[in-house]
Amino acid sequence: MTVEGGVQYSKIAEIKGPLVIVDDVENAAFDELVEIETKDGERRLGKVLEVGNGKAIVQVFEGTTGLSISGTNAKFVGKVMEMPVSKEVLGRVFDGLGRPKDGLPDPIADKFIDINGEPMNPEQREYPKDFIQTGVSVIDGMITLVRGQKLPIFSGSGMSHNLLAAQIARQASVVGTQDDFAVVFAAIGVQFSEAEYFKRSLEESGALKRSVLFLNLADDPAIERIITPRVALTVAEYLAFDLGMHVLVILTDMTNYAEALREISAAREEVPGRKGYPGYLYTDLSTIYERAGKLNGRKGSVTQVPILSMPSDDITHPIPDLTGYITEGQIVLGRDLFRQGVYPPVNILMSLSRLMKDGIGEGSTREDHGEISNQNYDAYSRAQEVRALAGIVGKAGLTEIDLKYMDVGDVFEKEFLTQATDENRTIDETLSILWKVVSQLPKNELTKVKDKFVDKYYQEK
Amino acid sequence: MAAQGRIVWVSGPAVRADGMSDAKMYETVVVGNSKLVGEVIRLTGDVAFIQVYESTSGLKPGEPVIGTGNPLSVLLGPGIIGQLYDGIQRPLRELSKASGSFIGRGITTTPVDMTKKYHFVPTVSNGDVVHPGNVIGTVQETDLIEHSIMVPPEHPGGVISNMVSEGDYDLETEIAKTEKDGETIVLKMYHKWPVRKPRPYKNRYDPTVPLLTGQRVIDTFFPIAKGGTGSIPGAFGTGKTVTLHQIAKWADSQVVVYIGCGERGNEMTEVLVEFPHLKDPRSGKPLMDRTVLVANTSNMPVAAREASIYTGVTIAEYYRDMGKDVVLVADSTSRWAEALREMSGRLEEMPAEEGYPSYLASRLAEFYERAGRVRATGSPDRDGSVTLVGAVSPSGGDFTEPVTTHTMRFIKTFWALDAKLAYSRHYPSINWMNSYSGYLADISKWWGENINEDWLSLRSEAYGVLQREDTLKEIVRLLGPEALPDEEKLILEIARMIKIGLLQQNSFDDVDTYCSPEKQYKLLKLLVDFYNRGQQALKEGAELSDIRAMSIIGSLLKARMEVKDDEMPKLEQLDKEMQEQFKAITGVKISN
Repeated sequence: MTVEGGVQYSKIAEIKGPLVIVDDVENAAFDELVEIETKDGERRLGKVLEVGNGKAIVQVFEGTTGLSISGTNAKFVGKVMEMPVSKEVLGRVFDGLGRPKDGLPDPIADKFIDINGEPMNPEQREYPKDFIQTGVSVIDGMITLVRGQKLPIFSGSGMSHNLLAAQIARQASVVGTQDDFAVVFAAIGVQFSEAEYFKRSLEESGALKRSVLFLNLADDPAIERIITPRVALTVAEYLAFDLGMHVLVILTDMTNYAEALREISAAREEVPGRKGYPGYLYTDLSTIYERAGKLNGRKGSVTQVPILSMPSDDITHPIPDLTGYITEGQIVLGRDLFRQGVYPPVNILMSLSRLMKDGIGEGSTREDHGEISNQNYDAYSRAQEVRALAGIVGKAGLTEIDLKYMDVGDVFEKEFLTQATDENRTIDETLSILWKVVSQLPKNELTKVKDKFVDKYYQEK
Repeated sequence: MAAQGRIVWVSGPAVRADGMSDAKMYETVVVGNSKLVGEVIRLTGDVAFIQVYESTSGLKPGEPVIGTGNPLSVLLGPGIIGQLYDGIQRPLRELSKASGSFIGRGITTTPVDMTKKYHFVPTVSNGDVVHPGNVIGTVQETDLIEHSIMVPPEHPGGVISNMVSEGDYDLETEIAKTEKDGETIVLKMYHKWPVRKPRPYKNRYDPTVPLLTGQRVIDTFFPIAKGGTGSIPGAFGTGKTVTLHQIAKWADSQVVVYIGCGERGNEMTEVLVEFPHLKDPRSGKPLMDRTVLVANTSNMPVAAREASIYTGVTIAEYYRDMGKDVVLVADSTSRWAEALREMSGRLEEMPAEEGYPSYLASRLAEFYERAGRVRATGSPDRDGSVTLVGAVSPSGGDFTEPVTTHTMRFIKTFWALDAKLAYSRHYPSINWMNSYSGYLADISKWWGENINEDWLSLRSEAYGVLQREDTLKEIVRLLGPEALPDEEKLILEIARMIKIGLLQQNSFDDVDTYCSPEKQYKLLKLLVDFYNRGQQALKEGAELSDIRAMSIIGSLLKARMEVKDDEMPKLEQLDKEMQEQFKAITGVKISN
């Protein structure tokens, strides 16, 4: 260890993968921020993963490419990584580590916040139950989103998740009091074009000045992706709980995040869990997703819509699997519907919103919402069974009632599910189409709806 | 002499400290300058391996580690009911007073309010001889809970002296002294107990009384007994948490311990918001008056997740010892197993299946063995029970993974949740072909004596229909429904009715959320009667289409929602209407 001008520098002993092992370390703390300086004066950032016996294992966010053992020094900064925040972050674009990327200077900080956040005290949470009208029928009607919820989109390569997420961000922002709404967008290892589409979409709707963008693109350092969602959520929490805004956070693509985590775990030679992902993937993901919510006595909320692409469309893959165990439901996109050109191609049978029951009904949407949505789930699932049966025995082998269920499936997909990317439907329009779908059936098939609602809303031909 | 050492290494929740030769295994230690709570889990020479129950961010080698001399323990006394604890029994309400909306570190609080006064009524007098476990007095903890103050299990016993008279005292008051062999011990209204050590009891009985949950698929088809063990595995989105909440809400036990182990923060909030407003169907009092919550959500430190299960079960045993029936619901034991796996990895132990430690099975077995129906130690005689229900979150919904397979070896009731049923919104999505209950024979006597003698045979008949349907479905899948004779088509129809009218239950419907045993029996009987009458009608020449068109079917299927528990005559009326409608369709044929 050398001391130059009061700052302590330590020598690098070993470089492997994204990790450097620093020797002669005194007084370094677990999780501490590290600055690595090369011979040429280039600076990179990292953090301490393990410290003891005079050594520290440091994970370098920008990667270790080009680092050499001789001449490279590590400086322990004496604090954990922090993000400077203030109201001025709105309308700004940052890189994956939270440094300005739009050519403007650093925003003047109101305060510096530890990017890891602290767990919300469950006793201090406010149970989320404020309906968010997204204007997308399938979400509002069947997979209702509420303020403070974390509801991911499970997609696959090439499907229209970005269109859907951008539509939600645009349309959800115009409901209610517009001035306290903000969008935080974190691109985690996505292509330039996808991030650009999002930016343009926010720009066109005029929401960009109410947005904060964090961009780690596909060609940016992979290890930086560990930090990107955390800086984004730190800003989101500040906007929500210090400034009282309703913040919608879009994180795309969480699969890239998990892969960066696996890379570090492999470099540390940890015992792997399923598919080589570390055993603590669940815990690690939860420290991101659980940062959604509302707090007692505070005005704002953090709503998360993380996007992840399921490798090979496999919902049992560890990333979607563990995500689904943490988030409050999931919006699953279906390859079949996507191929048929349906937008949004949401497979409702696999989708779910756990917080829906408290966000709907009399006083927020409509008295019959819960039951009519249950009836549609039931009818559409029966329609799928009948379609499968028709594939074997042909339409001729179907009973009269089965044929009516075929109609249910068609009306559901063509009239309810399908909508344009700029079509913003009200909740009443959405519920009315749901009644139209089940009105293909005779009244006595509607076993999930109370008689009084059937009398009131059933659409006779 | 408590150990005093220094940190030499930090990695996540794992810390190594040297100078710890005086430390004991599983001793609680205070770690670092910010006084974090930790537990010794391995000793090598003078180096202790410590799992820390709080975030270690910023912890440095060189900081002190101080032993407490005590194993990880919980405080047992009045004031526990209605609390929301973290994994090491710190009340989250008190933590929020210290650190606001987010959970800070190094905060020390007492698990219950030590200054709150309770009205103590002594039940023994000076000069009486007491033994471990004896009740020496009672306090009314909540409207629902009469709390027995007991001589701690490891107390030597002795002669009572200095007994206070009836009155209001706080927890630190010396309410009595005992003397034995010249040694005097002070008794207070609380004592501490190490969480990893099961509390002793006098005798253990076979569980023969059902735990009624008001959930038809559980009570009627796959029941669990008071003092029994059950497991509820399911992929995400299959409704594990909703089913567990339903059990916590409606089970006919006196105390409920709900452990949120590595699960969502909002789920605990939901319980906290909802339970004070929900009324216990038997007493009419708020459900929170009988509930204890232990929350270590997924983003809270992983080591405390491991401890939360033990904290919960020790509290459950304590109320059992007062002669109460206690239900403990643990959501989810998989997250607990993952915490074991994470610490095992940091200890560099040789992993068994999927990286889990080789002692996973024995830990699960030890946990589920803490269930049971027992006679408590000491006098007067008290019989209590701890029923354990654990959720399992198998990765990828695969029931062959280690936590599910090991759990199945140690439990008797298995409620297998099925993603396919959940996708079609059949809730609770308990799959009737894969689930089982080992208590059916034991508890059928209770149903026979309290509800109706033919309960078991009706249940078998209804279950038989579901089994027949399962086989017939294969044929339908290949050949279509028209390939079946009418008699078998009727079975498909009845199976559908049983599924919709009996197995499905809407937790969010005011009426359907809880179903009394009487109503469960009546609904079951109506459906089985419909089956038998339908078969008879077919024999007598009725057409299947006539049966399908009967208007009574819709009423039978909606009865679970439309008929309240106190409107049983309406179900009798349905039975009459059913008989008349059958008469009508067979009558037509006879007149032909």
